[in-house]
Amino acid sequence: MDLATRRVTRSTVGKKAVMAVTGVAMVLFLLLHMLGNLKIFVGAEDFDHYAHWLRTIGMPVLPETWFLWIQRVGLLVAVIAHIWSATSLALRARAARPVKYAHRRPVKGSYAARTMRWGGVIIVLFVVYHILDLTTGHLNPVGDRAHPHANVVADFAPERWYVTLFYVLAVVALAFHLRHGVFSALRTLGQHTQSGERRARFFALAVAVVIAAGFLSVPIAVTTGVIQ
Amino acid sequence: MTLYVEGDPVADTKAPDGPIETRWDRHRFESKLVNPANRRKRTIIVVGTGLAGGAAAATLGEAGYHVKSYCYQDSPRRAHSIAAQGGINAAKNYRNDGDSIQRLFYDTVKGGDFRSRESNVYRLAQVSVEIIDQCVAQGVPFAREYGGLLDNRSFGGAQVSRTFYARGQTGQQLLLGAYQALERQVAAGTVEMHARHEMLDLIVVDGRARGIVVRDLVTGEIATDFADAVVLASGGYGNVFFLSTNAKGCNVTATWRAHRKGALFANPCFTQIHPTCIPQSGDHQSKLTLMSESLRNDGRVWVPKEKGDPRKPGDIPEGERDYYLERIYPSFGNLVPRDIASRAAKNVCDEGRGVGPGGLGVYLDFADAIERLGKDAVSAKYGNLFEMYERITGEDPNEVPMRIYPAVHYTMGGLWVDYDLQSTIPGLFVTGEANFSDHGANRLGASALMQGLADGYFVLPNTISGYLAENSKLEPVGADHPAAVEARFAVERRVARLLNIDGDRTVDSFHRELGRIMWDYCGMERTDEGLRKAIELIRGLRDEFWRRVKVPGSADDLNQALEKAGRVADFFELAELMCVDALHRTESCGGHFRGESQTPEGEALRDDENFSYVAAWEWSGSEAPPVLHKEELNFEYVHLSQRSYK
Amino acid sequence: MNLTLRIWRQTGPADKGRMVKYRVEDVSPDMSFLEMLDMLNERLTLDGDEPVAFDHDCREGICGMCSLMINGAAHGPERATTTCQLHMRHFADGDTIDIEPWRARAFPVVKDLVVDRTAFDKIIQAGGYISAATGTAPDAHAAPVPKADADAAFEAATCIGCGACVAACPNGSGMLFTAAKVTHLGLLPQGQPERRERVLNMVEAHDDAGFGGCTNTGECTAVCPKGIPLTAIGQLNRDFLKASTTSAR
Repeated sequence: MDLATRRVTRSTVGKKAVMAVTGVAMVLFLLLHMLGNLKIFVGAEDFDHYAHWLRTIGMPVLPETWFLWIQRVGLLVAVIAHIWSATSLALRARAARPVKYAHRRPVKGSYAARTMRWGGVIIVLFVVYHILDLTTGHLNPVGDRAHPHANVVADFAPERWYVTLFYVLAVVALAFHLRHGVFSALRTLGQHTQSGERRARFFALAVAVVIAAGFLSVPIAVTTGVIQ
Repeated sequence: MTLYVEGDPVADTKAPDGPIETRWDRHRFESKLVNPANRRKRTIIVVGTGLAGGAAAATLGEAGYHVKSYCYQDSPRRAHSIAAQGGINAAKNYRNDGDSIQRLFYDTVKGGDFRSRESNVYRLAQVSVEIIDQCVAQGVPFAREYGGLLDNRSFGGAQVSRTFYARGQTGQQLLLGAYQALERQVAAGTVEMHARHEMLDLIVVDGRARGIVVRDLVTGEIATDFADAVVLASGGYGNVFFLSTNAKGCNVTATWRAHRKGALFANPCFTQIHPTCIPQSGDHQSKLTLMSESLRNDGRVWVPKEKGDPRKPGDIPEGERDYYLERIYPSFGNLVPRDIASRAAKNVCDEGRGVGPGGLGVYLDFADAIERLGKDAVSAKYGNLFEMYERITGEDPNEVPMRIYPAVHYTMGGLWVDYDLQSTIPGLFVTGEANFSDHGANRLGASALMQGLADGYFVLPNTISGYLAENSKLEPVGADHPAAVEARFAVERRVARLLNIDGDRTVDSFHRELGRIMWDYCGMERTDEGLRKAIELIRGLRDEFWRRVKVPGSADDLNQALEKAGRVADFFELAELMCVDALHRTESCGGHFRGESQTPEGEALRDDENFSYVAAWEWSGSEAPPVLHKEELNFEYVHLSQRSYK
Repeated sequence: MNLTLRIWRQTGPADKGRMVKYRVEDVSPDMSFLEMLDMLNERLTLDGDEPVAFDHDCREGICGMCSLMINGAAHGPERATTTCQLHMRHFADGDTIDIEPWRARAFPVVKDLVVDRTAFDKIIQAGGYISAATGTAPDAHAAPVPKADADAAFEAATCIGCGACVAACPNGSGMLFTAAKVTHLGLLPQGQPERRERVLNMVEAHDDAGFGGCTNTGECTAVCPKGIPLTAIGQLNRDFLKASTTSAR
């Protein structure tokens, strides 16, 4: 890296920019992922067909699953850069206040902002579980990679309520993370007017609600028997 | 009891002659210059980082001198210039309303009640134009009109709109401009910044100012520092009254110590008392807050006709109210000048008709304005002031009349300086409010910022180079020089003495009592009898201070009580000189009103025959009376006339 | 009214420091918070104890010297108010009030409630100015400034440098202070030539001073006595990204 780039990535503002850009990439992925999930309401066959199609994107230019792997590598890089920046800023923040206040009154309305770090950790743990569950199938009661619909239905069966609960909690954490994260990303990328701030806050809330609702609809539908 | 003795007259030997318009130009041309290559070898100490000190330090740094800047605050950005509200005058004539350098000059000499020097004031008016250019270039966000050009307003009764402003925070914006220029020089390495350091004495070697003794307020270390010249820009001494609009830390120590080392102190009794301040709410009061004078444009001033009327203002019917300004000054009414309004308020309170805690306040009532213009219109004009008032008093001026009372605001007096801003100690320069200034006996609104920046940016940097050029071969002085050792020891002894008294009264209790004496006898109205009594009281209190004061803590770390004690000790000596000065000047002029010298209508009566001079006082030891040196004032361009408000 | 105060006492940078309990009696509701502390100090002095050191100067809300964390809120419970302008009528008889210094690595405690804010001066030294040496200025009307820009620049320029933003920020970040100056100077035509270098250098100085990074929580603007808006930080981010993607270095 040349001097100017290093200077930027080492600075607190540069790290925030890394978080913002990688965050935006992940939000775009989440939106597509969520739309795909909703396919489950169309029918088991359609859902399985869709899942299979994911492996064939880009063919015949790319060999099978290559697109998927390129996208996974991209996501992994984004996740690592996001966590690296977040950790680095968190360590910096901790060092910036070596002696804590005896009495601290946080500002009301910044709950989402103050739970970014713990929320992020919950989301990471969930993603690891989620991959082992529904991508590789190791932790899934069915674990049949050819029939994802069956995996999903088995996963959120009423007797496995704790899985559903974990999923719901993770999605709620994600929603909080996005509510502040999307606003923060826009601010970091240069949003700087009062009216823009109102729009950015509304937009962040909308993204959080839409993504959360989309993701939650599936397990709830399974648990309540709407999808069998 | 001999209160003073008269010595030889003092003359401003640097004063140029010839046509007044060309004096500053010719003077600059005639003074010697320091070669740019040699400037970094010349060291200048600047004490104080307000408009005058900050601007001077930055400008001298830019010129290439080696500057050492000192302030007692934690950052140079906090100097009390920051609190100035109204604006800054400049003869730009952007409004095409007939303003000119000549008119600003004339207004300032007349406004100062003919007790300032024509040459200095003319230069101030000339330089005022450059100040605005400089500040705009630095990024000072002055108020602008929709066309993008600078806005101006008329201020303090001026007939032209020559006041530039940044909402109610002009001082803040100008100071931050100077502060940023200063920090730029700190980064460039031309200025060494010493914050949280207080100057406690001046070091004079072979009759020249060569250094200062400072106390590091954090470590308590007392050290000496040296230079080819010393600039004092340490502000005014309004805090001698304890309660004033000054910051708590404002003090006279730097200038007073220089005075004790031989610098003459000019016109110490000239103080300005501002009529619209928020009154005291009790004995706990630690300072007074100014409310913009513009409030008198729509507010009506009144007190109850009855003495000690216990009723709430709303319960007092119209017929039992005394709108005393409108009654006494029917043509000017509530808009009479500052000194008149202040004195009238004091008079009605002295009669026992004052309102609020201690009976020290008068009503400033907006009920009529609200009825006439509507609440919204009044709020649009004064909303932020109403808010500020409510924050401090807990009362809403929309519902109950404001209470106001005069407060000490500015001191026109200060160290005597010549046209070069050099004191009677060669190498000691004094700028801004710290010098006896260009304001004569009364300062006009929006002129303090103008003078501070004129001195700092444009006058001093030009005149000090003449001194440095003429004294290119000054012997180096170090901490082991006998004069430096002696000065440092004296400071250490004094600090130790203050700590060792270990009495039973706090510093603040003495300061409050001193302030009360000054307010009662050397405030808005002074009399022979009162001033003599004040001198006696001050002497008694000073003796008691040195016997009974309790200064806790040690000399070796941050000790705010010790800082205060040193300042109050100097205020005692200054207070006495102020009273002597007020006593000897038996005329009334500007902010100095002698009860014995008034017109049949009760207006100030000047005595040009006998008092058309600057009273420059020489210290002659704590046991001997001060020596008065008179500097005659000559008026060639502005004709002497009695100010009239009729 | 009578109050219990728990005040941070620390004899110097080397001392660990602790909260110490004091009782104050007969506090008038008209007193300012600092006058209440003055009263305590008068009593401590006469009792032979050392008074509490705290920074203050103008006591009219403009110098930026006063700096107390009162019950966990920078400058106390009132919005857009400095400690010196906070009055005791906002407290109730019998209250316990915790008073602490600003806490940040970049603001080390000097004594009791006094901290060293030199780090702010260093940020300004890095570029918080327009290089216009005295005497070099063109006529003030040479460059008109649209009123909206002048007003917005003024809003940002009202920052008093008190450090409440740092004290309140969960990350100990000084970004609102830095952003206020970047915004003030960046909105004016006079500030353009140095705009790119200014933001890069000021952010670097901010980071070097040991402040944390901004995460847009908005706690700073909520306690700012002058109400500097969070959008200033957006402006700084914008300038920073632009400068770092187009910088000639």
